[in-house]
Amino acid sequence: MPAGADFFSMPFDVAPYTLSGTVYGALLNHRSALAALGDAVHLPPYGAPPKAPVLRIKPRNTLAGAGSVVRIPAGTPELEVGACVGMVIGHTACRVAETRAMDFVAGYLIVADVSIPHESLHRPSIRFNARDGFCPLGPAVTARADIANPDALTVGIYLDGNWVQTASTADLIRPAARLLADVTEFMTLSPGDVLALGATGPATRVRSGQMLRIEIGGLGSLSNSFMDAAA
Amino acid sequence: MHARVAYAGAIHHATPAREETPGREHAPGREEAPGREGAPGREGAPGREGALGREGALGRERLRLADGRIVAAADVVWLPPFQVGTVIALGLNYADHAKELAFQQQEEPLVFLKGPGTLLGHRGETRRPAGVKFMHYECELAVIIGRSGKQVARSHALQHVAGYCVANDYAIRDYLENWYRPNLRVKNRDGGTVLGPWFVDADDVADPAQLELRTFVNGTLTQQGNTRDLIFDIPFLIEYLSSFMTLGPGDVILTGTPHGVVNVMPGDVVACEIDGLGRLINTIVADDEFGR
Repeated sequence: MPAGADFFSMPFDVAPYTLSGTVYGALLNHRSALAALGDAVHLPPYGAPPKAPVLRIKPRNTLAGAGSVVRIPAGTPELEVGACVGMVIGHTACRVAETRAMDFVAGYLIVADVSIPHESLHRPSIRFNARDGFCPLGPAVTARADIANPDALTVGIYLDGNWVQTASTADLIRPAARLLADVTEFMTLSPGDVLALGATGPATRVRSGQMLRIEIGGLGSLSNSFMDAAA
Repeated sequence: MHARVAYAGAIHHATPAREETPGREHAPGREEAPGREGAPGREGAPGREGALGREGALGRERLRLADGRIVAAADVVWLPPFQVGTVIALGLNYADHAKELAFQQQEEPLVFLKGPGTLLGHRGETRRPAGVKFMHYECELAVIIGRSGKQVARSHALQHVAGYCVANDYAIRDYLENWYRPNLRVKNRDGGTVLGPWFVDADDVADPAQLELRTFVNGTLTQQGNTRDLIFDIPFLIEYLSSFMTLGPGDVILTGTPHGVVNVMPGDVVACEIDGLGRLINTIVADDEFGR
């Protein structure tokens, strides 16, 4: 069974009560991510900064829950993890206006977007990020009503209990409502789908034997251990 | 071979009804309404017969539902013919198409993923947004995984295949950007991934590496190729993909498209066909159909 099989049964307290298993995530949605690339964003192969949202799909084999073990493939010294707020869709969302977009959100959870570190963002192979277990989510879905402002959440990252980074969803290029509006302009999202807002800061490098904890204000914390695949 | 269709309030498993098939024809009254042929059957318009000929005109094609009813194909809504899991698509997997797009030979397959919202069945409608310059179809052999697999050896790969179908993987090149290509705005649009009409059992396909593909736009042949020209063949793709991801039942690999993609406009009827798998028909429609 795929690593995420048990995750689909995780119910939550607001409609639609379960996740659909479809997870989209925004990339390069934080000012620091583009800034870190410097002038390269204007050079080949990119040519220009992104215009539309940059998105990727985390397929069902990647989905895992809180406490799952992320396996580091042989020959890979470390993985990188983007800590994201994931929006859980509550109602079918097609071409939603930014001003009404949040009405389509059921709640939020933490998404750990795991990848093998890779240089080029032009056409990266899915073998870097679509591996089994490479998308832990959780620990539970927090209802939208319980989060006053999804664009002002503090994101803390800890490795083996030691502080690594504190960031905020306030610095996203496309905040929650804007992202939903721009994404649903061309693709409909369905109840239970997850749309991650994108990493709020630089990716965290994690080695075998380490425990990563992502804490997001109001959403709790998501902890996952990382182990060599061979171990 | 079988299809999944919606009919009279439910979703059904359906098979082609042969001429001699016993069973009473089921015909709800509304079917008899005059003018019905014309409305959904744009392909019934003059000059479109060429795109349909081989399987007969829409009005004559019949399906047998699992519950025994025999129904006219024109009266069902065709859905993707299986429960679709992860959609895995190949870019530039035919040498001639790679050349067409001025792309250099790759060392590793160019793979991208698609979500469930983009899926569409046979005889559906796909929107072309106003103002775009280049929207094109891509006729592809779709390989449907049956048995779950991780680290499947090439020699065992075909044992994990349940069946095949025709796919039409639309792209709108105007939206191409150079970040995480091909970006979802190009390749994951609503209604942009058409599957069907039939799920054909793997046992009924003698050699998936010798299948001729053809696309007709309004009856004119615009694309032709053969799966023998795949750069990365099916066993390789299954071995490669399963080396890093577990493939599950219903996961589908769209194996790429050959040379011959052309721009399509609202009103165009696009028919993608593959030897032994049937003909997948789709109509391009404009924004106004979607209230835009």
